[in-house]
Amino acid sequence: MGVLVSKESRVLVQGITGRDGSFHTHFMKEYGTNIVGGVTPGKGGMKVEGIPVFNTVLEAVEKTEANVSCIFVPSRLASSAIFEAVDAGVDLIVVITEGIPVRDMVSIMRFIEERGSRLIGPNCPGIITPGECKVGILPTSVFKKGNVGVVSRSGTLTYEIVEIITETGFGQSTALGIGGDPVIGTRFVDMLKLFKDDEETDAVVLIGEIGGSDEEIAANYIKENNYPLPVFSFIAGRTAPPGKRMGHAGAIISGGSGTAEEKIDALKDAGVRVAEIPTDIGKFLKEEF
Amino acid sequence: MKIHEYQAKELFRKAGISIPEGKVTSSAEEALNIAREIGLPVVIKAQVHVGGRGKAGGVKIARTEDEVVKFASLILGMDIKGLTVNKILIAQAVEIQREIYLGVITDRNSNRPVIMVSTEGGVDIEQVAEETPEKIHRFKVDPIYGLMMHQAMNLSFNLSNKIEEVRTVAKTLMKLYKSYTESDASLAEINPYVLSSDGNFYAIDAKVVLDDNAIFRHPDYEEMRDLSPAEKIEHEAKEKGLSYISMDGNIGCIVNGAGLAMTTMDVIKHFGGEPANFLDVGGSSDPEKVKNAFNFILMDKNVKSIWVNIFGGITRCDDIATGLVEAIKNKNINIPIVVRLTGTNENEGKRIISESKLDIHSVKDMEEGAKTAIKLCKVLD
Repeated sequence: MGVLVSKESRVLVQGITGRDGSFHTHFMKEYGTNIVGGVTPGKGGMKVEGIPVFNTVLEAVEKTEANVSCIFVPSRLASSAIFEAVDAGVDLIVVITEGIPVRDMVSIMRFIEERGSRLIGPNCPGIITPGECKVGILPTSVFKKGNVGVVSRSGTLTYEIVEIITETGFGQSTALGIGGDPVIGTRFVDMLKLFKDDEETDAVVLIGEIGGSDEEIAANYIKENNYPLPVFSFIAGRTAPPGKRMGHAGAIISGGSGTAEEKIDALKDAGVRVAEIPTDIGKFLKEEF
Repeated sequence: MKIHEYQAKELFRKAGISIPEGKVTSSAEEALNIAREIGLPVVIKAQVHVGGRGKAGGVKIARTEDEVVKFASLILGMDIKGLTVNKILIAQAVEIQREIYLGVITDRNSNRPVIMVSTEGGVDIEQVAEETPEKIHRFKVDPIYGLMMHQAMNLSFNLSNKIEEVRTVAKTLMKLYKSYTESDASLAEINPYVLSSDGNFYAIDAKVVLDDNAIFRHPDYEEMRDLSPAEKIEHEAKEKGLSYISMDGNIGCIVNGAGLAMTTMDVIKHFGGEPANFLDVGGSSDPEKVKNAFNFILMDKNVKSIWVNIFGGITRCDDIATGLVEAIKNKNINIPIVVRLTGTNENEGKRIISESKLDIHSVKDMEEGAKTAIKLCKVLD
């Protein structure tokens, strides 16, 4: 039973008939995710991987009681798809799409404040509760059921560190990427709160990167609340030059803030052990347990 | 996307904000014509995508025609923080009585546009934030309703106690906010907004950063794109689906995913090497992208070894291997290549590489990859 998705999750795929949508629907289903429907306007009545396709999220939710939506809709149409999912009352919305305008995300987050859905992403790899449910594009082979909660701003770096965790002999309770954009739904602090109250999570691995101040805010939360679980961290971008956007729209050192050093200092000050290189995370876990 | 001061001013002018008269040019001769048209004195300002132009000598006031030609020739071609000045703005000089700061920025922490105003105009706002944070007044805008006049007035009362001035500044804030939203900016700044001795306010300097994700909504903005030689290469890479940034080192990196690409650079540095670049081939699995990635890396003559670090997710290791083998065969690359393939279709990828009989150093993880790439580039030295 993960903190966000489980065997009970009833998952909808928005953009299910597209190239990425149909491809990943196949792998999510294969992993055991309970995919109850798909949505593509104008393609209602079709089936993808044996899954019924609906014209609207509203209709899909009415007919399938879906409570999670995974969005693969292309960037120009994605904001409308997110609004639609929020409006239909979907509890958890996972946005894989990259390149959504920031102004749209600002409006979406304002709408969500009123309606109360939880958003993961955009521009994220999704969530996995190993052995139960995967919503997104994560490669399942590296994950194993266990007691470490993993939250990351990156995609492939998450897989890298999860593989290290798994090879060291540990597993994950829930692992997710929260996305590399400047404006995102769920943040480090939100996940720290969920992991704190989760009986199956005994440690948290927080994978950050340059840009913004989410890591500092997380460090502050850990410190002020005397966070009960051990937290281990890795911050990517120690060697990144200022003013350059390092792939992710959010990964940029601007006006002298958002540097790896600031984040590492803040985390260390909060009692978090920060890895120099990814393999240190395995060593930290071994020492802790 | 960064745009120049003169382009930002044009956006603001369209929104109804008063801007001193001015024109942009690339020639000192033309600068003189513009100065004659506007009337002396004029300010000559370097148009480059970097702050601190004034301190670097890129902004001068010309009071005579001789000075116009002299300063224009001096500034054109000048190097400011590694960027060459190709354009100058010739603007009407305004006699400054008071300078204030007005800005709108997308705040990542609150997910809201935030208006910032300060009496400390004309200096770097980050410096004000550090030294006298109490002098910056902020307001988070509800994006549904936008900025309201009374909110703009509330902010403006922090800057002046004369009602006429407060009204003018508030109206300008409304226009600035409108310009920020309509242009899909992530930052729109007037610094300084100046009260002139003629009693009017003018935006003397303007800065706008546009959201790259939203450029598709503004096809006309493409022509504002002005790239330095280094940025041109980065932009070219972007059009091929690659995220590429050149660095000073000698180990070329080809990686999938931005976080992993940054980490690859960090790990090289950790073991005593120097990365030559950041390069993210992105999430799709196209052999063509790997070939293009090699093209960009080989343009950098400092590169002494290349490390391909792939963690397959959506990216399939066999596709990467196919592109890699084709690239090496076609290009006759004689730089040592280190490859680490893990994840989706890892075994097929490794088979393609071993069957190619090419001299490729296969490694099992990042640590070994970094150490091998460092060792190989030292051998060449």
